[in-house]
Amino acid sequence: MKTTLLATGLATAVIAGSFAVAPAQAEDSIYVPLFTYRTGPYAGSGIPIANGMEDYFAMLNERDGGIGGVKIDYDECETGYNTQKGVECYESVKAKNPVVITPYSTGITLQVIPKASVDRIPVLSMAYGLSAAAIGKTFPWIFNAPDTYWDGASAIIKDIARREGGLDGLKGKKIGYIFLDAGYGREPIPLLEDLAKKYGFEMTQYPVAGKEMQNQSSQWLNVRRDRPDYMIMWGWGAMNPTAVKEATKIRYSMDKFYGVWWSGGNDDAAAGGMAAKGFRTLNFNGVGKDYPVIQDIKKYVVDAGKSQVEPAKFADNLYNRGVYNAMLIAEGIRSAQEHSGKKVVTAEDVRNGLEVMNLDEKRIADMGMKDFMAPLKMSCEDHNGHGPLYIVEWDGKDWQKSGEWFEPMTDVVQPLLEAAADEYVKSNAPWPERDVPCAK
Amino acid sequence: MLYDIFVDPFVQMAAQPDFLLQVLWEGFVAGILYALIALGFVLIFKASGVFNFAQGIMVVFAALTLVGLHEHGVPAYLALILAIAVMGLLAYTVERVVMRPLVNQPEIILLMATIGMTYFLVGFGEFVFGGEPKSMITEELGLPTGSTAFQIGERGLLILQHIDIAAAVIAIIMVAGLGIFFNKTRIGRALRAVADDHQAALSVGISLNQIWAIVWFAAGIVALATGIMWGARSDVSFALEIIAFKALPVLILGGFTSIPGAIVGGLVIGFGEKIGEIYWGPLVGGGIESWLAYIIALIFLLFRPQGMFGERIIERV
Repeated sequence: MKTTLLATGLATAVIAGSFAVAPAQAEDSIYVPLFTYRTGPYAGSGIPIANGMEDYFAMLNERDGGIGGVKIDYDECETGYNTQKGVECYESVKAKNPVVITPYSTGITLQVIPKASVDRIPVLSMAYGLSAAAIGKTFPWIFNAPDTYWDGASAIIKDIARREGGLDGLKGKKIGYIFLDAGYGREPIPLLEDLAKKYGFEMTQYPVAGKEMQNQSSQWLNVRRDRPDYMIMWGWGAMNPTAVKEATKIRYSMDKFYGVWWSGGNDDAAAGGMAAKGFRTLNFNGVGKDYPVIQDIKKYVVDAGKSQVEPAKFADNLYNRGVYNAMLIAEGIRSAQEHSGKKVVTAEDVRNGLEVMNLDEKRIADMGMKDFMAPLKMSCEDHNGHGPLYIVEWDGKDWQKSGEWFEPMTDVVQPLLEAAADEYVKSNAPWPERDVPCAK
Repeated sequence: MLYDIFVDPFVQMAAQPDFLLQVLWEGFVAGILYALIALGFVLIFKASGVFNFAQGIMVVFAALTLVGLHEHGVPAYLALILAIAVMGLLAYTVERVVMRPLVNQPEIILLMATIGMTYFLVGFGEFVFGGEPKSMITEELGLPTGSTAFQIGERGLLILQHIDIAAAVIAIIMVAGLGIFFNKTRIGRALRAVADDHQAALSVGISLNQIWAIVWFAAGIVALATGIMWGARSDVSFALEIIAFKALPVLILGGFTSIPGAIVGGLVIGFGEKIGEIYWGPLVGGGIESWLAYIIALIFLLFRPQGMFGERIIERV
């Protein structure tokens, strides 16, 4: 009898509770879910990014009272970098009226791309996900600023060409590509193969299975045998530090070892210590603490004890990347407020806001991000911006800026992106026609 | 095609003998490390017939305890002793909370219990130590770092990492120690009796509970050694848990109950997958290492189903 009563009581409480949580977000706030991973094999990369994103929003709420006077209501959904869990996160936050989704995984992004236009929620996959999603005509709800993986791959080839005396210098060179054997790592292969044909270099691939991330000795033995002139890495999580260590083990020339921006965590390079000196990665956010925005985060959030970041890891490269990502979301909202004239904007407003977003030098300075980032402008046609990048080099203890900002090979990449978008439409038929007008 | 499969790999081996030596060395080190992981599985299976699904997370948990304590200011050697103590406590808890209540239950129930333990330890480990990877305190533990290069021929080079040499030495000492423990001590003989027949062992006064706690403790120490060695090669993170399943083909090959089988199986898999990946992998675009080990093990099973050193069980009707 007691059990029955208890069960009835519990059931009543659950039903009552479900009604109690049913109301949507408070009207004076804007809901932004953050898909993060603080657990699992990719937590080493996921934690600093999650901290950076959270702290930027916390700083905006503390310092400015939110965006345009409206508080940002943000929370994390743990995906473990697992596509299935990511889709569950997407489905669970949908009912709370999110203004934008940031999947933080190429695998999750690929799954939610078809859902975005149905649910009418913009997806911001910052410098990851499907490269072809930069084509706004085909993917009106997807944004992948500030660069696609294809921009990144072309930028690395461009930098190698610079060191070899021009694009002609690439002829006959051997370039190795070591990558996480998943959607993320496979994404730039078509572009690299295309560039290899075009400029006459040989590309050798070294796939690393997810479950073998910490067991790469075979791949690096192959690298030692093949003696590539340069190595490019598309690594994530535990793959990065292992690769850096293995490269030092075979005494690979570290200044010829490039990583995409996601291989540029401090812990990734620190695994190789001083021996990893010279290892370089692409970057699109500032390194270090010497920016007003980072100082404001320190003042309003970290020093106030409201951050989860360990003091020693504050303003690490991936932390700053998280700050950059949160800034893109915040600017999308701010742009939406200006565009719509409303304070509490909707997902559709933010889609428009992202499409008209123009982060010029003045706005960058106003945000306290001078030299932290390059100007960025998106449009109805271009949902990426294809912004300039720069190289950071590991000095044995920290990342240092090496050289100036430079443009990716957009002229080469753009036609390929358009062709890839057309191909996507064909292979995912019937792909819906764009049904939202261009935001202007 | 036939040339690529049957001739070219051997031509490559002959053309670059230094590289072949390097491949064999890497295969040896990988084999030793796989054997260490397999050893943890074998110890528990021998004593209780349980396939310990939690062995992988025990590797992570042991290594994280060591590094985590050191991060909180505990000197390296004291942290090592405390980590061993924590594994002892874990063994005691597992015996009291998991094994004892499930005695005489079907083996599948015990397997499920170890799966449950895995997820508990993942959550508990992340709660206590956080999800961020940590660097192994290799130098603080007095383990050697750096490498030595040997000139072979005019241009050849064989590079031996000192930590890999240390891993091999430690693994050999551990195996020898476990061998002596199981064959020459009273507890070791009791464990073998338990492995042969639980009820017969109980009838002669052997305490099953005590044996289980000791075996789980021994598996915990093996897990700690494995965690230190693997952690030194990359870092200590929850990704290491997956690496434990590299021991599965080793167990298929060596048998689930044989310590020498774990060692020989580990070495066969280590050599086999490295040579296969380097010399035959490029024929199919590489990346064959993860499944080649299973192919080697399955081919072996065709000829010896009980594994290399496993006990041949003949049941007569």
